[in-house]
Amino acid sequence: MAKIGVWIEMGQDGVKEANLGVLTAAAGHEVYALVCSGDAEGCREVCGKYGAAKVVALAAESGALWDSPDLAARALAAAANEFDLQVVTGLGSLNGRDLLARTAAILDAPLLQDCTAVDFTAGTVEKSHFSGKTVARFECRAPLWLCSLRPNAVEPQESPVEAEVVSYTAPVSGSGGVKVLEVRRDSSGVMELTEATIIITGGRPMDSAENFQLLHECAAELGAAVGASRAAVDAGFAPHSMQVGQTGKTVSPRLYIACGLSGSVQHFAGMKTSKVIVAINTDKDAPIFGKCNYGIVGDLFEVVPVLTEVLRERA
Amino acid sequence: MQVYVCVKHVPDTAASIKVEGEAGYSEGVKYVLNPYDEYAVEEAVRVVKEQGGEVIAVCVGKASALATVRSALAVGVDRAILVKIDEQLPDACVVAQALARAIEKDGQADLVFAGRQSVDSEGMQTHYRLASALGLPVVSDVVAFSLKDGGAQVERECGGGAREVIEVSLPCVIGANKGLNEPRYPKLPDVLKAKKKPVEQIDIASLGIEKPESGCRLTKLSAVPDRGQATMLSGGVREMVEELVRILEQDEKVL
Ligand SMILES: Cc1cc2nc3c(=O)[nH]c(=O)nc-3n(C[C@H](O)[C@H](O)[C@H](O)COP(=O)(O)OP(=O)(O)OC[C@H]3O[C@@H](n4cnc5c(N)ncnc54)[C@H](O)[C@@H]3O)c2cc1C
Repeated sequence: MAKIGVWIEMGQDGVKEANLGVLTAAAGHEVYALVCSGDAEGCREVCGKYGAAKVVALAAESGALWDSPDLAARALAAAANEFDLQVVTGLGSLNGRDLLARTAAILDAPLLQDCTAVDFTAGTVEKSHFSGKTVARFECRAPLWLCSLRPNAVEPQESPVEAEVVSYTAPVSGSGGVKVLEVRRDSSGVMELTEATIIITGGRPMDSAENFQLLHECAAELGAAVGASRAAVDAGFAPHSMQVGQTGKTVSPRLYIACGLSGSVQHFAGMKTSKVIVAINTDKDAPIFGKCNYGIVGDLFEVVPVLTEVLRERA
Repeated sequence: MQVYVCVKHVPDTAASIKVEGEAGYSEGVKYVLNPYDEYAVEEAVRVVKEQGGEVIAVCVGKASALATVRSALAVGVDRAILVKIDEQLPDACVVAQALARAIEKDGQADLVFAGRQSVDSEGMQTHYRLASALGLPVVSDVVAFSLKDGGAQVERECGGGAREVIEVSLPCVIGANKGLNEPRYPKLPDVLKAKKKPVEQIDIASLGIEKPESGCRLTKLSAVPDRGQATMLSGGVREMVEELVRILEQDEKVL
């Protein structure tokens, strides 16, 4: 059994759902949930339900951990030493990857980011190389190593244990030259693409930002997040934060619905590991139909509203 | 200002990758400058254009990476250092040490730019390790950069459409994301001029890397096949959609 530290990412209302898969991957080992946000007590129940017996309330000698990712990383690194952890892991979100990279650099320990599978007992992980065209398998033999897990890579599964909160104030302070001044949130309160379990995406034929409303309406019925192709982003129909693909987000939902996308290699680089891919395209010969699960030949402007309607009737 | 930019020579994103041996791949494909590095190069060139100084590209790669180094020189980089290494997919820890030693040997960095990730090994960490080796602060996923009050103010994407506004002291390391700028395309005269710009080529062995391995080893690379021809739905729009919803709900159980 290994001692595994799991960094817990907080969302607007508590522990983010997407952490649960990471906790599940570590469950069965001696799991320390590492909480930087101040509210460890609020995380105790859910962390315990998914197998973490210790919930560590992490703090710095002076300064708030969320004001500097550098300070937070130094605190995590100190915790790794304090609790004698063999692995530090966490959600491979933008913040998770940032924090784990900082921590790995401080600890001078190896790190594998955005892993799609992990076996903590064997010390092996799998991750994408060449944008989903190949899977790379790694063996970790270092006494301490780190990894971040791609959101939705592991299906959450409860394995309840009694959890207790322990406080640990790391002997660190100061911002290390990196200070968060402000977090600007999108007013629309969009769901984070990478953590969504269903995604509906619009391509170049969306033709305007307004037309994306069509996808948002359908997404509301699906409980989905809305994505865009680079062609749609570069044309100004959607912000870059919605772009899926090589130079956008990498997503791995259980259902991906592509509306008006040709199926470019670079788009697939970002969504290839989705469980089920559905394409809607006017062109029966579009390359996307050669690499997805289900296809509908049709105009997205006709098909999507009907999909929304059928989903609404079913609810 | 002395601005360094780290660049990587990677297979084109459209190339098909053929696995060779246990953990290698066939190099008979087109190579390009790593797409995220394009944003890093553009920002470095822009900063030096405004502030004066020099942009130096640093690359750790095989001898063939010279082509990518030249492409950076063709879009405004002044000179370059190529640290030669034999491995196809070198360990990020080793690359970061090599970059750090090469930069330290060359001069005093005021700023270092790199791409947020490379599209071959997708390590997402080299620039963090480089910063640590140089003793500098680092911010990645940067979509806006400006110099302000003797430091830098940057914006980084942090998920869910949110952005963090971060103050970082100089010198620092910046990991560039798409959206930071519009990379320029090289013009023919610049491509020709780039051939005359100085490139210092050194062997990694001459840099005295202290830690030659990280403790994590790539043991196997396997191709991921595309999923093949889709099951096409038929009938009128309503019919197709109802059948799709039924399949997603009952057969696939994803709704
Ligand atoms: C370095 C690099 C990085 C890249 N990164 C990304 C990335 O991150 N993400 C990304 O998406 N792309 C990326 N690209 C771009 C990529 O190569 C494609 O150009 C892009 O994905 C195409 O977007 P699209 O499918 O929306 O548009 P198109 O390729 O133009 O396809 C539009 C499709 O819609 C169909 N269509 C037209 N009208 C309708 C309608 N009314 N209803 C239904 N279907 C319709 C057409 O038949 C066509 O198949 C990158 C390219 C490079 C070189």
